[in-house]
Amino acid sequence: MTDPVPIAALQDKEPSAPPASKWKDVWAQFSKHKGALLGGGFLVFITLAVLVGPWVWPLDPQALDIRNKDLRPIYTALWDGEAKVSWGHPFGTDNLGRDQLAQMIYGGRASMAVGWAAMVLSLLIGTGIGVIAGFFRRLDGPLMRLTDLFLSLPILPLLLVAVTLFRQPLRANFGPEGGMFILIVTVIGITSWMPTARIVRGDILALKEREFILAARSIGTKPFKIISRHLLPNVLSPIMVSATLGLATAIITESALSFLGVGFPSDFPTWGKMLADAVPRMEEFPERVMLPGIAISLTVLGVNYLGDGLRDALDPRIRGR
Amino acid sequence: MLTFAIRRLVLSVPTLLFISFAIFMLLQLAPGDPMAQVPLTVPPEVKERMRQALGLGEPPLVQYGKWLVQMFWIEPQVLWDHWFGTNYSEGKLRVISWQTRSPVMDIVIQRMPQTLWVVGLSYIVGILIALPIGIYSAYRQYSVFDQAGTFVTMIGFSIPPFFTGPLLIVIFSVQLGWFPSIYDTTLVVDSWADFKSQLQQMIMPVMVLALQTTAQISRYMRASMLDNLNQDYVRTARAKGLSEAVVVMVHVLRNSMIPVVTVIALGVPAIFGGAIITENVFKVNGIGQLLITALFANDLPMVMTLTFIFAFLIVMFNLIADILYGVLDPRIRYD
Repeated sequence: MTDPVPIAALQDKEPSAPPASKWKDVWAQFSKHKGALLGGGFLVFITLAVLVGPWVWPLDPQALDIRNKDLRPIYTALWDGEAKVSWGHPFGTDNLGRDQLAQMIYGGRASMAVGWAAMVLSLLIGTGIGVIAGFFRRLDGPLMRLTDLFLSLPILPLLLVAVTLFRQPLRANFGPEGGMFILIVTVIGITSWMPTARIVRGDILALKEREFILAARSIGTKPFKIISRHLLPNVLSPIMVSATLGLATAIITESALSFLGVGFPSDFPTWGKMLADAVPRMEEFPERVMLPGIAISLTVLGVNYLGDGLRDALDPRIRGR
Repeated sequence: MLTFAIRRLVLSVPTLLFISFAIFMLLQLAPGDPMAQVPLTVPPEVKERMRQALGLGEPPLVQYGKWLVQMFWIEPQVLWDHWFGTNYSEGKLRVISWQTRSPVMDIVIQRMPQTLWVVGLSYIVGILIALPIGIYSAYRQYSVFDQAGTFVTMIGFSIPPFFTGPLLIVIFSVQLGWFPSIYDTTLVVDSWADFKSQLQQMIMPVMVLALQTTAQISRYMRASMLDNLNQDYVRTARAKGLSEAVVVMVHVLRNSMIPVVTVIALGVPAIFGGAIITENVFKVNGIGQLLITALFANDLPMVMTLTFIFAFLIVMFNLIADILYGVLDPRIRYD
């Protein structure tokens, strides 16, 4: 008796490589998007730069060096031999002799901290409301009406109103910088969670009807476990995409508030505040507008490109094309 | 369709009422005192009477009720009187600004034309630039033009107006001297020279706002065109021998415009909000700038009314967008 030889097409072949994991695929698609790589790289770079910057460049941004006021950045010497420059202050100094590079680093710290914190807060609120509205049918109606209501609020005017109104009490309780930080982060967070909530709710509604949720339910999984083990990992990609959008908007909103003069106190540098303070003398010192402006724009541009790449990479319909 | 429109219109009333109530209660927490500027020599009882005259000192709910009556009953009467020469509103108290002691709506009406000119024109310019860019970059997807268009829209998204504004001022007002950096509202256009200077002073704020609009709308236009270009009816249209121009500009464009038109309607209130910053940069004395000055001067009736106007615009344009969507797209039925 010889073993029957199966037909060639029916023979089981060993897979040549282990199955690719999802995140490997995502990374493969993401790394094809040059803009996203550059943008993500720039975001990491600027975050690290403002974090470790004070150790590399230990000048105090508040230190007045009045003898060296109004220095130009070092690169102006390239085309203007007369310009007042100094290697001690590579980005120049402002009209009180404060070092611009140190101000940029500390300003970036404030802007990035507000951006990240507000983004995380708005994601938490948005995801929470979206999951609850999508999962518990009874709460869906009221929560979505609430979302609609928030969407029809005039955001920028309300931000201005809230910041001017609550500035005093919070400053009294948490100090001028801490109070302002809490206020701005909270206000941006509670006015920007709505898109996330809508997207998450839509996805949860669709996922809830799938068989794996039914299976989980049939073995007696508690709703909380279903949400944390089965639903949240599946809505991670839209959440990540809206996180990048949220970070970009939060940075721009904080700078806009500082620009309009309702942000952090006047001796506390942020990019928006530096830009606003430099506008009256921008004829003589255009770099004081350009440097913070470019910093804001590049960061936001990087974040937007990152979001674009993430959206492509996390979408299984686009991936692999 | 009509019942849907009416139902939405009726539903927007409680929304607006709730929003106005929320704004009012928020403003009640304001720490400032409108009597802070009054000299100390004024005796306290006179101060108390002045406070009463401003409508303060009553419970917040009564104040809110009075604001509602003034806003929705007396102000329309004033408008009616103004149009038809009647005098229903004579002797009735209107919403009074604490800064100028004149009716809030009068000041808003004075400021409205500047905002409408700058914001409205910039929106139209932005749409006119955005549509061709969106159409062409979808038609030639991944071409050089498309990549460049994507880059420009990304920049439009990323560079905030408070940076583009000063940048344009440095380049065009300071270095080149082509345009004035401050918007002169007192300019009366009655000759060609005035018209030219009006154009010159409008071009920078309009372009700053138009960049933002262009970035958003051309993205939507491109995505919507891409959705439609691969549909079966496009292949049919090509197969029956229609010219490429007719296929793209008539068949595809008309179907792609449906979501874009709604996005355009939805974007109108947002651009009013965004104009706050641009008006501040170019010193246009429109309603955005009015809101900022009122906030700093602690002029609560003015802030209340202006914020409510912004909310009203948002609710109304949401409604318009919903109705437009139903009218334009026969597949959508709101029954």
